[in-house]
Amino acid sequence: MNELMETNHAKYELRLYVAGKTAKSATAFANLKRYCEEHLKGQYVIEVIDLLVKPQLAEGDQIFAIPTLVRKVPEPIRKIIGDLSNEEKVLVGLDIRPVIKN
Amino acid sequence: MTKEVKTEKRRPEFKQLAKTPTGIAGLDELTGGGIPAGRPTLICGEAGCGKTLFGIEFIVKGATDYHEAGVLVAFEEKAEELATNVSSLGFDLDKLQKDKLLKIDYVHIDRSEIEETGEYDLDGLFIRIGHAIDSIGAKRIVLDTIENLFAGLSNQAILRAELRRLFQWLKTKGVTAMITGEKGEGPGLTRQGLEEYVSDCVILLDHRVTDQISTRRLRVIKYRGSMHGTNEYPFMIDEDGISVLPVTALKLNKEASAERVSSGMPSLDKMLGGKGFYKGSSILVSGTAGTGKTSFASCFAAETCRKGDRCLYFAFEESPNQIIRNMTSIDMNLQKYVDKGLLKFHASRPSLYGLEQHLVAMHKMIRQFKPTVVVFDPITNLITVGSVRDVKSMLTRLIDFLLDAQITVMFTALSLNTIVNEQTDEGVSSLVDTWIMVRDIEFNGERNRGLYIMKSRGMSHSNQVREFVITDKGIDLVDVYLGPQGVLTGSAREAQKLQELTNQVLHKNALTMKDRELDRKRQVLESKIANLKSEFETTEDELNKVYTEEELIKKVTEENRLELLKRRRGE
Repeated sequence: MNELMETNHAKYELRLYVAGKTAKSATAFANLKRYCEEHLKGQYVIEVIDLLVKPQLAEGDQIFAIPTLVRKVPEPIRKIIGDLSNEEKVLVGLDIRPVIKN
Repeated sequence: MTKEVKTEKRRPEFKQLAKTPTGIAGLDELTGGGIPAGRPTLICGEAGCGKTLFGIEFIVKGATDYHEAGVLVAFEEKAEELATNVSSLGFDLDKLQKDKLLKIDYVHIDRSEIEETGEYDLDGLFIRIGHAIDSIGAKRIVLDTIENLFAGLSNQAILRAELRRLFQWLKTKGVTAMITGEKGEGPGLTRQGLEEYVSDCVILLDHRVTDQISTRRLRVIKYRGSMHGTNEYPFMIDEDGISVLPVTALKLNKEASAERVSSGMPSLDKMLGGKGFYKGSSILVSGTAGTGKTSFASCFAAETCRKGDRCLYFAFEESPNQIIRNMTSIDMNLQKYVDKGLLKFHASRPSLYGLEQHLVAMHKMIRQFKPTVVVFDPITNLITVGSVRDVKSMLTRLIDFLLDAQITVMFTALSLNTIVNEQTDEGVSSLVDTWIMVRDIEFNGERNRGLYIMKSRGMSHSNQVREFVITDKGIDLVDVYLGPQGVLTGSAREAQKLQELTNQVLHKNALTMKDRELDRKRQVLESKIANLKSEFETTEDELNKVYTEEELIKKVTEENRLELLKRRRGE
């Protein structure tokens, strides 16, 4: 399970760590995708890493909670843990200025 | 035969909990084999009490001594920092990691770079730990300090549920876990109440400072399904890691040797039933200042080394060089025994560390050096770092240990003044087997040393006072002189001896005079006898003269008569 959403100008590189296809992981991924489409359309990459498949990757990004979203680019690295259900918190956490809806 | 042995063996193991030896000196004795195998154990205590070291030693000893790989999950320090910190203890974490016996996983949690939103779990941690365990086939794991999770994450409810799950999961993994937790402000053992989750074995570490001297102590608070020592046990962290001391022997079932060891003074041996001390007994030499206690102890040490045995000398007052120098003044060469490796000095200031720490240090040295004789000179100085009661309890444990190992021990103790109650030399006198007291005898304007044997268990011993003399030829015991004024020692004894000598000369002189008088009397008598003899001869002569005359007259008269007759007949 390794999904890549590529665009030409990846301003945001995001990694979502999950452990198997759990409800929480699915929710997190769905939420994340929704926020990105809404606010970062065309300038993001989401990499989903399943630690059950690649446990050795957990150490590198200091993952201990599942699910964890890591913003690799731009620096500094930011982490958001949980199912990302709170949009505002996610946006603040990723330091994304929301697109103002009229 | 083998069958019987087997059934006998199985029985005590019936309900025994499987244990994992920690490899920490003393702790395994204390817990009857180690911490519960395959279960988590909580190590808790205040900051700086040695929790992390405890964990690291558990892992390192497991790898080096028992060939069990271990995982160290560090929440506080990075792997490199840990490696540096323990390299001074001779633990080479890098090498162990290369040998696949150790895996260090540093879990960094920084609240400032973490945002929480919605539901989550700690599967990430589980996976990491699981991966670490599986990658080297670990049997041991240390989580140091898992409470850092609480600092990094705000959702306590999730954390607690996940911790419970973690410990359960560790059990199913079959690894023996050691979890450290720091004591907080509250009444609990740990800040986050970890003891709630780890219920199999809880060990509390303590670091107390009394009278400016700190002592580390350890207590097994809980050990489900196993017997364990419940006391507080001192432990020490030194260049070899941790040593715990299960100090008080529970039973008084020591072996008693009938073998004797010489005190180094034939005259003292004679007082002790002619053979000296029992091997493996304890001897107390007490006395006031300057009564020669150190000389006494050195003499015993030298004697031990002379026989080729090892002696360990704990000096609390003087440095080894001082003792060696001082002893040469009484013709005792200790240096050669030191050079041969038979005699070892260990000098330390009593205030260097607490009593318990002293005890642990001594314990360790004795185990390393394996002496047959141990000397403590003097134990009185230990009083400065503990109360009399503490010292007594420490000495009890020390004697216990020494007797167990069949090591003969000699203590010296300073009596502060001569009036001091003789029954309370640090209260140790009731513990020791032989108590020798050296006392000042002040008399005739000088001080001399009188040696008494106050007690000596299990042997006939002299009840006599002996004078303890120290000369440049060594030390010896001399019979005291019992004069009309009591016990005489020193120059009084010498004076008395001289007096006796004079008397003898006088006496001899008197005898010769009498002899001469007798001679004279004999001569007088003899001359008198001669006189009488000559007198008698004179008288005899006179008497003989009359007699002869009469004879002559008779003869002449007879001749005349015969002549006359002839003529009348006219022949």
